[in-house]
Amino acid sequence: MDWLTILVFSPLIGILILSIQQAEQKVTISLTGILATVLPLLLSLVVYAQFHGGGDLAISHQWISFGNGIFQIDYELGVDGFSLLLLLLTTIVSTLSASVAAAQIKQGLKAYFLWFLILEIGMLGVFTAENLILFFIFFEITLVPMFFLIGRWGFVEREKAAYSFLIYNGLGSAVLLILFAAIFAKTGTTNIEELKTIMGSGNAVSEEFRFGSLLALLIAFGVKLPIVPLHTWMVRVHVHAPIAVVMIHAGILLKIGAYGLINFGIGIFGDQFVKVAPFIAVLGLINLLYGAFLAFVQNELKSVFAYSSVSHMGIVLLGVAAMNEAGIQGAIFQTLSHGLIAALLFLLVGVIYERTHTTKLRSLGGLAKGMPLAAGFLLAAGLASLGLPGMSGFVSEFMAFLGLFESMPWLAAIGTIGIIMTAVYILRAVLGVTYGKTVKSFAGMYDLTRREMIPAAALLALIVLIGVYPNFITHTLQYALESIMLGIGG
Amino acid sequence: MDIDTLLSYEWSMMAPEFTILLVATALSLIDLFASKNVDRKHFGWFGIGGIAVALIFLISQIGHEPAMILANTYRLDAFSLSFKILLLLGSLLVLLMGVSFEAKGELTYRGEFYYLLLTALLGAMMMASSADLITLFVGLELLTISSYILAGTRKKSKYSNEAAMKYVINGGISTAFTLFGMSYIYGLTGSTNLADISREISNITPANGQVLLSIAFILTFVGLAFKISSVPFQMWAPDVYQGAPTPVTAFLSVVSKTAGFIIIIRVLISIFPFTQGFEENTSLLHSLMIFLSILAGITMIVGNTIALKQRNIKRLFAYSSIAHAGYLLVPFVAFSELMFESMWFYLVAYLLMNIGAFAIIQVMTEHNDSEDVSIFAGLYYRRPWVAIMMTVFLLSLAGIPGTAGFIGKLNIFIGALFSDPSRYILAAVMIGTTVISYFYYFGIMAQMFMRPAGSATQVRLPIGVTITMVFCAVGTITLGLFPGVILEFFQTQFNFAEMFY
Repeated sequence: MDWLTILVFSPLIGILILSIQQAEQKVTISLTGILATVLPLLLSLVVYAQFHGGGDLAISHQWISFGNGIFQIDYELGVDGFSLLLLLLTTIVSTLSASVAAAQIKQGLKAYFLWFLILEIGMLGVFTAENLILFFIFFEITLVPMFFLIGRWGFVEREKAAYSFLIYNGLGSAVLLILFAAIFAKTGTTNIEELKTIMGSGNAVSEEFRFGSLLALLIAFGVKLPIVPLHTWMVRVHVHAPIAVVMIHAGILLKIGAYGLINFGIGIFGDQFVKVAPFIAVLGLINLLYGAFLAFVQNELKSVFAYSSVSHMGIVLLGVAAMNEAGIQGAIFQTLSHGLIAALLFLLVGVIYERTHTTKLRSLGGLAKGMPLAAGFLLAAGLASLGLPGMSGFVSEFMAFLGLFESMPWLAAIGTIGIIMTAVYILRAVLGVTYGKTVKSFAGMYDLTRREMIPAAALLALIVLIGVYPNFITHTLQYALESIMLGIGG
Repeated sequence: MDIDTLLSYEWSMMAPEFTILLVATALSLIDLFASKNVDRKHFGWFGIGGIAVALIFLISQIGHEPAMILANTYRLDAFSLSFKILLLLGSLLVLLMGVSFEAKGELTYRGEFYYLLLTALLGAMMMASSADLITLFVGLELLTISSYILAGTRKKSKYSNEAAMKYVINGGISTAFTLFGMSYIYGLTGSTNLADISREISNITPANGQVLLSIAFILTFVGLAFKISSVPFQMWAPDVYQGAPTPVTAFLSVVSKTAGFIIIIRVLISIFPFTQGFEENTSLLHSLMIFLSILAGITMIVGNTIALKQRNIKRLFAYSSIAHAGYLLVPFVAFSELMFESMWFYLVAYLLMNIGAFAIIQVMTEHNDSEDVSIFAGLYYRRPWVAIMMTVFLLSLAGIPGTAGFIGKLNIFIGALFSDPSRYILAAVMIGTTVISYFYYFGIMAQMFMRPAGSATQVRLPIGVTITMVFCAVGTITLGLFPGVILEFFQTQFNFAEMFY
């Protein structure tokens, strides 16, 4: 069975069913929307089982031939440990986000789910694509639904945020397309495995070309990750997009940047990556500290978490720059862990906004009285975010820094300031909101409903699971990590 | 030439042209003698039938050995066949749109629209097949003069009159440029026949006539830039596109532009690769490509940046079509093995997405009696399927994956980087301006999905325009997902080596 194709295009079933439903029937639509994301979730579990059962998942079909066979683009899907974990992250967060959306989106729910399911196809495709062109196609496909999801259902400055998203990411993918087309024109293939061999052998293309390619990759995925100073669009999206979309955005879309950097940057251009590693470490340090300092001075909850995302992505860069097994493993862990934590944080921000209609830190305070459960979850998510042992954030930060101390102790030492800063800004925001002085009392305050409880609990359970028993990830990751390490000669 | 030679020619080669000629003549005569009460819409269906027959004739000719008739002035080869398919298909779709066109406050009496469109098509087909500068020029003029009149057919609209006037003046100047350039070529080689020219031209050396030939190249191209609306002759496009009736605009932006590319390829490729360039071992075409490369870059930049400021939907599409002329020049500049395929495929994609978009623009502008982009506001909530189809066309124009436009752009890109030397700067300009174009294409989509509906009345969808829309949308998506369907047809059926003598 061609499980991967079925998985990637499974949201289409939901799209078809939704498109014949009446827009007025809110209940059926939200039910269909959620169930449509459950299907890929189940399928991704099947894929997970297949992967561990030793089944061969990779597939390849002839697709396009340019110039009568001079350039052949195939339809090739496959997974390794890293992409499999990201697939699981995608399907899990998508289902949770869909259930949040069903509760929070008031208008045009049908159109919302249609776009949302297209977005899911794009995300699933990105992580399964085995050649660069296919990767690019799915990558671009995520742009269009995001534009509409932000622009139509977002907060006040939604259209501005939508355009800002579109143009930054458009430029990022433009760089990517030039790069991929250049690689294709030079080597005649875009298959990632083949490229690893070609670029590794050193004769096919010049050294300059390889450095140029790596630089282009850094820019393209630097927009997505984001790397400071390419982050402004991302903060805007975090603040103005609808909460359910931010869960996807912070939870999955930003991870495409990390995935691309690790999978292509290190995977294909390993030798060159070693040489620029100190530079990347510095960038990571800037991300970490800049994000942390700005998160500290924000007076709005969503901006705090937006800059916190910038800061946490810095740790991914630091881990990658360490160029040793611990570092890269830390980066991958951070990618997954931050996906879960960010999704949980924004889910709770959504809950708070529903009741209070504000996210200003000044107006929020003492929420623990009115909504103890929500406050408890927020506190837990905050602690996970600052890297409390026993939670996923700790494992990833610990490994990333362990790796970095090995290869660049000085930078790592400076980086630890960032960890302290994280604790400071998270506690400032979260403690203020939950236990701080009650500034304003909000009428009609109520605690988490069951519908909000299930996704929050599921996310928290996963965060704790990774924190307590990281082996279930390392187990899946093993082979992928070994092949990456082989690429950089480690 | 006596009657025997005349009869000995293989006239069946021209069957598609004769069909169009016959239908056009018949329509003009019927229009003359029929009473004013006869609905001229029937002309449209008659014309559509004629084009369909011509298309069948043309398809039956595929695989024909390259051949020439009329003293080597009329040529049938892979090049002419493959591009004539586009011309016929484009005109067919435009006529389908045209039968549903009803401008408010205009004369309903408009038989001339149908037969002038057919004569314009005939001119374009002659251009595709000609092997002689004179035939080429006659075809060009037939197309251009018919288009002048077509642009002015909204007699009561001052925009339409202005459009026709500007079109005539600009067209006249550009024709003069082209002719002037061609006169140099004739002067240097003593022949107007492309086969003879390509033989003679190799005698030209840097010391002997190279400068004149370079001038000829530049003048000819600059003149022909008018037809494809690229810099430096792009200024007419916005005014004419705005003033002309929408089906005519669609015709100018697709069929006429395709014809322009046909003539550019035919003339420049038949002549200039065979003479020595500024350096040893390079052709003159190669040496002069830098000139085309700059013009192509400016065309893309001008088209895409000025489009950002447009509120009138037809003007916006005029600038978009200028930008596309720039994209289409890229494969020609790169001149790699992929050139014909890139251009042909992109022209197919462009035909589908642009005519489809114009079909919807026609419906919307007629319904609202306005051409401001705000007429699209809330379309999704009134006519979801129309909005979805328009989205498909816009995404394709913007080059988003899943649509024919993306595959076309990808093909152009790979060709540009594959060529020797790689055209990195041009490719970068192309993709940079593509990102700029997101602004205005997504702006229209934002109107359709994010704004409340302006008018409550339902948009009427006549049959002709609906067929066009659906055909184009299905085509755009099919070619986006399975481009192999026509790429393979193109690669196996057409052998472009035939093009050279």
